[in-house]
Parts: sequence; C-alpha cells; structure tokens
Amino acid sequence: MTAAPDHTPTMSRAGLAERLGPYIPVLLIPAIMAFGLIFIPSMSSWLTLTVSGLAMGMMIFIMASGMTLVFGLMDVINFGHGVFISVGAFVGISILLVLGHMTEAPSLALNLAAILAAVLAAMAATGVLGWAFERVIVKPVYGAHLKQILVTMGGLIVVEQLIIVLWGPEEIYILRPEALRGAITFAGAAMEKYRLLAVGIGAVLFLVMRYTLRRTKIGLIVRAGVENGEMVEALGYRLRLVFVGVFIAGSALAGLGGVMWGLYQEVITAHMGQQIMILIFIVVIIGGLGSVEGCFIGALLVGLLQNYIAFLEPKLALISNIGLMVAILMWRPQGMIPVVKAK
Amino acid sequence: MSDPMLRLSGVYTDIAQYHILQGVNFDVPRGQVTMLLGRNGVGKTTSLRTIMGHWRARAGQILLDGQDIAALPTPAIARLGVGYVPENMGIFSDLTVEENMILAASSGPLDRTRLDWLFSVFPPLQTFWKGHAGNLSGGQKQMLSIARAMVEERRLYLIDEPTKGLAPAIVSTMAGALRQLKDQGASILLVEQNFSVARALGDSAVVMDDGRVVWTGAMAELAGDAALQERLMGLSMEAGH
Repeated sequence: MTAAPDHTPTMSRAGLAERLGPYIPVLLIPAIMAFGLIFIPSMSSWLTLTVSGLAMGMMIFIMASGMTLVFGLMDVINFGHGVFISVGAFVGISILLVLGHMTEAPSLALNLAAILAAVLAAMAATGVLGWAFERVIVKPVYGAHLKQILVTMGGLIVVEQLIIVLWGPEEIYILRPEALRGAITFAGAAMEKYRLLAVGIGAVLFLVMRYTLRRTKIGLIVRAGVENGEMVEALGYRLRLVFVGVFIAGSALAGLGGVMWGLYQEVITAHMGQQIMILIFIVVIIGGLGSVEGCFIGALLVGLLQNYIAFLEPKLALISNIGLMVAILMWRPQGMIPVVKAK
Repeated sequence: MSDPMLRLSGVYTDIAQYHILQGVNFDVPRGQVTMLLGRNGVGKTTSLRTIMGHWRARAGQILLDGQDIAALPTPAIARLGVGYVPENMGIFSDLTVEENMILAASSGPLDRTRLDWLFSVFPPLQTFWKGHAGNLSGGQKQMLSIARAMVEERRLYLIDEPTKGLAPAIVSTMAGALRQLKDQGASILLVEQNFSVARALGDSAVVMDDGRVVWTGAMAELAGDAALQERLMGLSMEAGH
C-alpha cells in the first residue's frame, strides 16, 4: 500500500455565478440603498433616511445577534429574549436618571461616560438574568421546541410583571444626553447625532463579534458547535458551558440593545422588548439561523427598508419587512447565509 | 498479558424503544488494531458511539485503561485521550482545514512536527490548508477527519468506516495512514467493511451480529477461513475481493 496518492489533487474553479453567490446577501444592502435613491425624490431626505435605517438596523443587530447564536448552537427557541431588552432598558435608563448631572452637562465626554455606565450596568444585570434564565427555564427543556416556546414565553411574562412591580406600569419618558440631542447637517441632510453614535457602536460591535468568531479559539468552538455540536464534544470541548456563555453574552447584548433602543425611542415600557421581537425574529430568520453575518445583513436590510417605505408609503411600513422576509425565504429558504447543520 | 486499552463488559444500549446493543463484550488490546466487523445494522457504529458517550449505555462497563468511562460525558472521554472519527466524518464545513485542525488539537497549539508528518501522509490537506473544508472532495474530507484524530497522540482511536465510498487510490492512502499509526504503537478500534483493508491492518477481530459479539479471535484466523466468514458475515473475503 502507498502512503500518499501519486496524483496532485486540485480544486475545480467555480463559475462566476457560483463565486458571486456568497456575496449576493452583502450586495443587497447597496441594492436597497439604490432602490431608496431612485424612489426618494430628494438626496438629503435619502441621506437622512439611510443613516436612520442603518442606526435602526445596527440596534436590531445588537439585540438579535445573541438570539441567533443561541438558536444555532443548541436549537433553543427563546421567545423570552425580548425581556432582556426591556430589563436592559430599565436598568440602563435608571442609571442615566441617577446620573442626571452628567447627562445634562453640555460635555460629550461626560454624556458618553454616563451612557457607558448605563450600558455596563444594563449588560451586567441582563447577563446575570440570562444566566438564571438559562439554568431555571431553558435547561430543563433542551430538545423540546414546543416546551421551549411555552416556558420562555412564560418567563417573559413573569419578568415583565416584575419590571412593572419594580418600576411601575407607566411608560417612562427620557431625554437623550445633552450633547447627543439634535442633528448635524451634512450635504443638506439632517442626521441625528444619536443615530450616528448608534451606527458607530453597532459597527464596532459587529467587528468585535466577527473577530471573536473568526480569530479566537472560543469563536471556532462556537462556529463549529452551531454546525455539529456532537463532534465538538467528541473533540473534548464542553459545549454546554460554551452555550451558557453564549446565552449570557447574548442576553447582555440584548440589554445593551435595550438601552440604545430606549434612548432611540425616548420612551421605555415593560413590553418594549416583546414589541421589537417581531423584527428580531424576521432578522434572525432571513439572516439564516445561527449566522451572525446573516443577522447583521438582515438587520441592516430591515432597518433601511422600514425607513424608506415609511417615508414613501407609511401604510406599507409595517408589512414591508414581512414582504422582505417572504421574498428572501422564497429565494433562500434557509436564510441568506445558511449555517450547515450536521445531520 | 497486559490489561487491554479498552474493555466492554455486558454493555447494553437502547435507542428509543429499540435494544441495539444486547450485552456486548470485547477487548481492544494495547498497541493493536482491533477490527469490529459485521453486517450493516448489527451495532458496530452504536458500539463506537456508546464508547464515545454519545449514547449512554443502559448497563455494563466500559473500561478505558482500567477506568470506567460508561457514565462520563463525551468531552471528558475525549479528554482522556480518545480520538473519534465518526461514520459521517464530522467535518466542520464552514471552517477551514486549518481551523478544523486547530480545534482538534484541544490540548494546545498545533505541533509542527506532527503536522508535517500529517502533510506527508495526506498531501491535499497542505494544498487546501486555508480553504473551506466544505469545498473538499469526499476523499479529502475523510483525510481531514482522520488527520484531526491523529493531530495529537491519543490513547485510543475509534474509527468508523474510513474507506466507505472512496476511490481505490484514496482507500490506499487511508490504509497507509492507518498503517503508520499502527506502527507507532497506537491502539485502534476500527469499523471497516473493506475486507482487504481489514485483513491488511487488523491484528484481532470482533464480529457482531444482532447487537451481540458472535466471534472474537485473530484477524489472520478469520481471513484464512472462508467458511467462518460466510457463517459470521454472510460473505467471504475472497468473494468480496
């Protein structure tokens, strides 16, 4: 017997369509922007709506990214994910109210410091809540989707009621920190400062997540675990521990998203997480369950489309994202960037 | 005679309402290749999956180097030095060849010397090192699957049908790789349907039927007895090849 083949294996060169295939989802973002550019009569309006759409998309991505990984890794459908958004918003906004002297000061540094404190507190609170949620509610129903839906919905209702007990049933209105109020003008377009900040934070978070998933061993374990958890365990890695870590990180990110979404809407309610969940589900599904890149692209598409359509034909805004989901699923039933699951 | 590297004693495994393994007993001696043979559906893969902890044994003992691992979770079994190549290869398609290998080296960074050896055994892995594993051919994926198990020295290798569906040239490469592993003194439990490979590599053989071990002995003895092969497995090596 020979130890090695005497031929030189080569990989056949794919055709243009095949090579372009992986990039088509990314190309949808400029395609939707171009759609907006064609139909929106004023360039300045288009620019304003585009920044607004990107900001909304980034925030949805932050809130949805944990959920897609949780589903991809352990097949857990967490209908309670929205409650981390609500809790994050309430904890973060409470901190901002306490730090009123910093948020009211006309200093960008002080404002950002206050937001950072609020975000860290929100992430810590939702991270701990996520850990408890996983241990108490999710762990007993691994592998049982129907039970997962029921108990996570139950968990969501219970925690929402706890929010009402702690903070009261009324909506809480808030003002953004002083230096982040108003807009800057660029090329005749007014762009809200806070939305620009949201775009920046979202982009940085995406790059950090991408780096972690692509360049670190824990990231490799997560990606491999999404595809074939059993084999990851056979290589000696405790996937359950990794999953708990991802659940906590995903909950903390949802908490961060909750603070940002609260400041974006300038009002928070106990049900705000539940209300945004429909957009999060759309993003997770069209992105491809378990795909962070797909989730990112999906969130930007949803954000942009919602803003463009709300401007062009407000009555269609609500159904535009459902239409987007239907169109993408007809094109790619497993989502834009499907994660190959081991059989 | 020294204690075996692996010993299964009275192992029963159920999958749902089906009783798949029904009191399996066999040893894998140290530094030898033990062939696990039998018709399709007799419990060979289930035996490997039970040893690996993917399916929990309802009863019985599984001793790895004297330690009972029957109740341990899969990661703990792997950490004890068991390398596993599943029947479906278990390749991470979304990861590159390099990333697959980095993951497989769970106790630390890749050992350059061992990697060079693996490249000499499986040259395509070096060629496609930065490429996605999902783009490899079936044979190349199988090379990666085996190389992953071999990337670190293990106490025991569990390998499930490594030559299944492969072209003769690739089968030859696989057999060559396993031969080198054997020559290094590795303990291997190998499920194999290709009798010429089994005959060339096996020191001992365990034949299963209907969830039980029906014969154990030297591979040479089984290979030399066509009637025994016919009785145990329904075909002879000569008939097969």
